[in-house]
Amino acid sequence: MFGDYSIGDLGSIFVMQGFAGLILFSVYVLMALGLAIIFGQMGVINMAHGEFMILGAYVTWMTSNLFQTYLPSLFSGYFFLAMILAFLASGALGMVVEWVLIRHLYKRPLDTLLATWGLSLMLQQAYRSVFGAREVGVELPQWMLGSLHVTDSIEVPINGVFVMGLTVLITISVAYVLYMSRWGRQVRAVVQNRVMAGAVGINTEKVDRFTFGLGCGIAGVAGSAFTMIGSTGPTSGQLYIVDTFLVVVFGGAASLLGTIASAFSISQTQSTLEFFMSGSMAKVLTLLAVVGILMLRPQGLFALKVRK
Amino acid sequence: MSDEANKGLLSPLRRKLLMGMAAVPAITMLPRASFAQAPATSAVNTTGLAVTDTEVTVGILHSATGTMAISETGSIQAEKLAIEQINAAGGVLGRKIKFIQEDGASDWPTFAEKAKKLLVNDKVAAIMGCWTSASRKAVLPVVEQYNGMLYYPTFYEGLEQSKNVIYTGQEATQQILAGLNWIAKEKGAKSFFFIGSDYIWPRTSNKIARKHVENVLKGKVVGEEYYALGSTQFNSVINKIKLTKPDVIFTDVVGGSNVAFYKQLKAAGVDLAKQPLLTISVTEDEIDGIGGENIAGAYACMKYFQSLDNPNNKAFVSAFKKMWGEKTVIGDVTQAAYLGPWLWKLTVEKAGSFDVDKIAAASPGVEFKGAPEGYVRVHENHHLWSKTRVGRAKLDGQFELIYETADLVEPDPFPKGYQ
Repeated sequence: MFGDYSIGDLGSIFVMQGFAGLILFSVYVLMALGLAIIFGQMGVINMAHGEFMILGAYVTWMTSNLFQTYLPSLFSGYFFLAMILAFLASGALGMVVEWVLIRHLYKRPLDTLLATWGLSLMLQQAYRSVFGAREVGVELPQWMLGSLHVTDSIEVPINGVFVMGLTVLITISVAYVLYMSRWGRQVRAVVQNRVMAGAVGINTEKVDRFTFGLGCGIAGVAGSAFTMIGSTGPTSGQLYIVDTFLVVVFGGAASLLGTIASAFSISQTQSTLEFFMSGSMAKVLTLLAVVGILMLRPQGLFALKVRK
Repeated sequence: MSDEANKGLLSPLRRKLLMGMAAVPAITMLPRASFAQAPATSAVNTTGLAVTDTEVTVGILHSATGTMAISETGSIQAEKLAIEQINAAGGVLGRKIKFIQEDGASDWPTFAEKAKKLLVNDKVAAIMGCWTSASRKAVLPVVEQYNGMLYYPTFYEGLEQSKNVIYTGQEATQQILAGLNWIAKEKGAKSFFFIGSDYIWPRTSNKIARKHVENVLKGKVVGEEYYALGSTQFNSVINKIKLTKPDVIFTDVVGGSNVAFYKQLKAAGVDLAKQPLLTISVTEDEIDGIGGENIAGAYACMKYFQSLDNPNNKAFVSAFKKMWGEKTVIGDVTQAAYLGPWLWKLTVEKAGSFDVDKIAAASPGVEFKGAPEGYVRVHENHHLWSKTRVGRAKLDGQFELIYETADLVEPDPFPKGYQ
């Protein structure tokens, strides 16, 4: 298939394809981080993850509308505020959900699956009733549209670079919070031995609530960022949930590093295959590879060694 | 004067008269002039449909919940508007239309179940409904078994024809061929890149388009790609498009994927003002979600745009906005859904009966001069003769009409040489 193209063409396509892979990688990490925290640290399978993301997207949409109406002069910067608000809104909803629903189900992981799935249906219908069944268009400031013109044939999408930057920032913050801070130490203690952690004076309920809130909040930021590349509608969250679980399970549930490694391998495989064959076929082959590897390594790429 | 007052006065009298087999004089005694001509129920309804002396019941069957609610909401609104307007103009054969709305909930077996409920329990005279091909395929055996009448609004892949269905949207050849001819002529396009969602409609449509490009236009299809429904990442295929540099990108991506595709196309620096793109899946409804700035400059091939400049359409748009709010937009399918109740009314009046067999037989040749898209006529094969139009998307989310066929295009659901 390359016979007809010049070396220059091919070179730039490989560069662009590399970027496409990196962007997909960032998107996957951003989607999966929140879920990985909740699933990995708490063992809760949160099927409503996509809906928490879409809450972030709707918050972004509302912020953009507010700015357009009342503060048009500051419109170009609204996105940063929107992301913070998205984090707070999704995080707050997450904490409420944890308090009302999840904390009663910690000893029944399969029931959390059903309960959060029900929650996702309820949230979808709530979005539909509040925001309408149609998709909403989130207007972006001018500087976030278009692409960086590197050479005549190499163009890098600005929103892709933005997502990449955001992913790096959030990953580092999460890693810092989990592995360096006092609170992170408490979270890890609870994961390793809940009873003992309680015995040494850690308020495990509070830790649980904040962990769940943090995971949902990150989902909200992801949803906010994805208004740049995807749709915002009541059921848009469903578009992400399968890929998100794929990344988390493949990476090994309890490991942040595993999530990143798994997002990297899946995104690179998929984006390379997509280039050489059709989109559907690429997806099939990627999934087959993941299934094959999980059969050999059921615990995922990286597994945390915990005494059970 | 309220209807309740009328009924209160008349109903005991009416019942007595009916028992005396004198329904016709009873109806003519109704004080409302517009209902004066109503023929006897026993004459216009020989099959036990839900038709009384004053009312006839139809069903509306769309998804008000679930994934498809985003698309089907417009159809529901249009059908309700049409029914309200028909009632205001005197109803059908002197009877007011009453509707029963059922929710298909974006789930195909539910569609079949609800269709059965409408036909068997409610005995509706017609169903306005379905949107996706999958829901239509689920409902089709039901309407055929119980001999119902379905008015189906969506443009679709063709390869179907039923006595019990009137297809008010375009079938694939009607929608695609004229658009391809136009862009080949106008832009001198020789090479095409096809990209679609992976299910029956895009695949069938692209098959037809490919045959037309290769056999009739003597052009070349340089790529044909399908992405699973709901895909949100298109960067790789966009790179492929950049590498193959097609004269035209031809797309039938649907749903949430649409939004992702155009946003990423724009972000990758593809300027639709310079790179012609022809879509058959983006209407004003979809642009709401995509955002005008992401798709401005693209061409869409449809039979209707909200911006059409004719008196019918102006009246339709203002009535629609009055009923459903200033901000609502009207896409191709919404207009086609609006045709359903009107075509049914005209057919009932032509047949002089609500009976489904008579309506099916009377349908070919029925004309609707008040259609927002202009004049339409029902073909022998129960599809519509209609014009094909090409519009260019503008920043404000509306289309600017660029081209329309001079004559109505004949519907051809089983196109020879395209299969």
